[in-house]
Formats: sequence, structure tokens, C-alpha cells
Amino acid sequence: MKLHINGESVEVPNSVDSVTELLTHFQLQDKVVIVELNKHILEKENHALTTVTDGDRIEIVHFVGGG
Amino acid sequence: MLNIGPYSFHSRLMLGTGKYPDFDIQKQAVDVSETEILTFSVRRMNIFEPSQPNFLEKIEVEKYKLLPNTAGASTAEEAVRIAKLAKASGLCDMIKVEVIGDPKTLLPDPVETLKATEELLAEGFIVLPYTSDDVLLAKRLQDLGVHAIMPGASPIGSGQGIINPLNLSFIIEQSTVPVIVDAGIGTPSDAAIAMEMGADGVLLNTAVSGAKDPVKMAQAMKLAIEAGRLGYEAGRIPKKRYATASSPMEGLSTV
Repeated sequence: MKLHINGESVEVPNSVDSVTELLTHFQLQDKVVIVELNKHILEKENHALTTVTDGDRIEIVHFVGGG
Repeated sequence: MLNIGPYSFHSRLMLGTGKYPDFDIQKQAVDVSETEILTFSVRRMNIFEPSQPNFLEKIEVEKYKLLPNTAGASTAEEAVRIAKLAKASGLCDMIKVEVIGDPKTLLPDPVETLKATEELLAEGFIVLPYTSDDVLLAKRLQDLGVHAIMPGASPIGSGQGIINPLNLSFIIEQSTVPVIVDAGIGTPSDAAIAMEMGADGVLLNTAVSGAKDPVKMAQAMKLAIEAGRLGYEAGRIPKKRYATASSPMEGLSTV
């Protein structure tokens, strides 16, 4: 399926079902990341229960250096 | 002790985490600064580079209170979204509201800052707005119920020090919440002056990260802030126009 992640069109296997699986697919499961799905910010505990489907718009952000 | 919302801090230095030469130097600088509050920004991750290092992985996160900023926002709406993203990390509930109104001066947009602050307070955040040295705006922010006010000493990253000490002193005098001087600090003496004026703390980044020796500068800033605070608590002597001898005039031995 095709997802829009961080403004880019990205193809991921259809087996990726949840946000948790999506993060694992990109090897981000141990990183501090925050996910926004279709403009809805997800709490970390909801990653496993939230499904991703074709065409979803996803933002994956993290903390970087700043003042 | 510096009290911000429900939190208490021994250190009055807040340190930014941007633009260090490398993570090792940054880690050493953070350690010697003895800061308890680190600021961060929220940005898109490069999902195709999972091994990219992150400074959060280099430190014991639980030792610090994270103060994410809303840098990158130019409207209240954008700032609120960034704040909510930061909070969804589960690592923090403090937010530095930073709504930049002009790319050249990086001065904060007062109207959008006020709007974002009001909304984030209603959402239950511990809110520390970055603001200009406008005295009435500081008062309006305080009236909203902010947990600290962060007036800039001078434009972000400029290292010009405190360019409007009169306004800053008015803000400090009227404030019933902590005043953290944020942005524009260049030297340890700038930080010391802010503290001598009665500021409750100083937030700086470039003055340390951009110094020739960031670790040494981090230590210098720590000491300057401590010295400035002690000086403020001790109470300075009044300035006088003419000299007053420190040595007694009596008992002078003459031939």
C-alpha cells in the first residue's frame, strides 16, 4: 500500500497493519518518535491499536537539538 | 530553588541543545553546566536512516526536565500542534512557546504568542512563552497564568547581550512568576548581569555551543549565573558620584 509519510509517498508491504508495525518496518521501534495519523496525534500506548490503511497521511517526528 | 509550575530546580541555567560540534562535546558541556532543563525542537524524522544518532540517547533522560520549543511555528495554530506532538512523546509536559514573526530578526509574534499560550494553558501544559522585552506583553502573558516568562535579551543567536536593561528590569519588577532571560546572551558577564538584575534564570544555547571551547564556556556560564544570583541576593551598594574611602582617615602615621 501507499502511504504519505513526512510529505513523501512511500510504498510499504500490505502486511503492515498497525502504527507499531509501521515503526518496526522502518526499524524505529526503539526510537523516541511521535506519530500523527491523518492530523490526529497518537499517544504512544495507542500505536499498537491504530491501524494504517492505503492513502493515510502520516507524520513521524522526533526531538532534535534546538534552543 | 527555582520553581516552575510543579517543578523545583537547583540550577538556574537552562541549556539549548542545538548546533554543538558533536555529541561528545555536547554531553560534556551539559554535564559541567549542571543544568536540569534541556530544550529541544520537534522535527520530521528521516525514516530511512533509523541508525541516525540522537542526543536524547546519549544522556540519562530521567535526570533532566525536557523543555521542547515550538520553533518553526509562525502561527498559534502551528505552535499548539508542535506542543501537542512534543507532549505525545510521554517525556514532558513543559513547553517553550516560540512563535517567530520575522525570519530576519527571529523576533516573536506577540499576538500569536499570546493566542498559543492561552490555548496551551487551557490544555494543561506548563507554559513558558518566549517573548520580547515588551513590559505590557509580559504582563498580559502573566495574567493568562503562564508558569514563567522568557523575555529575550536580544535577538536569538545574536550574542548582543541585554540591549534593553530598563525594560527587562520593569518586567522583573512586576513579575509574579519566574523570569527566565532567553536568547541573545553572548558572554558569562551577560548572564551574570541578567541574574544580578533579579532574573530567576537564564536560557542560552549558541553562547555555549558556538564557543571555541563549549565545555569551558558551559562551566563559565554556570559560575556566572551562580555569581550573579548570589550578588542579587547579597544586594549591591548604591552607586555614588564621588569616592568614599574604604580605609580609615584616623590614626594615619605621619613623620
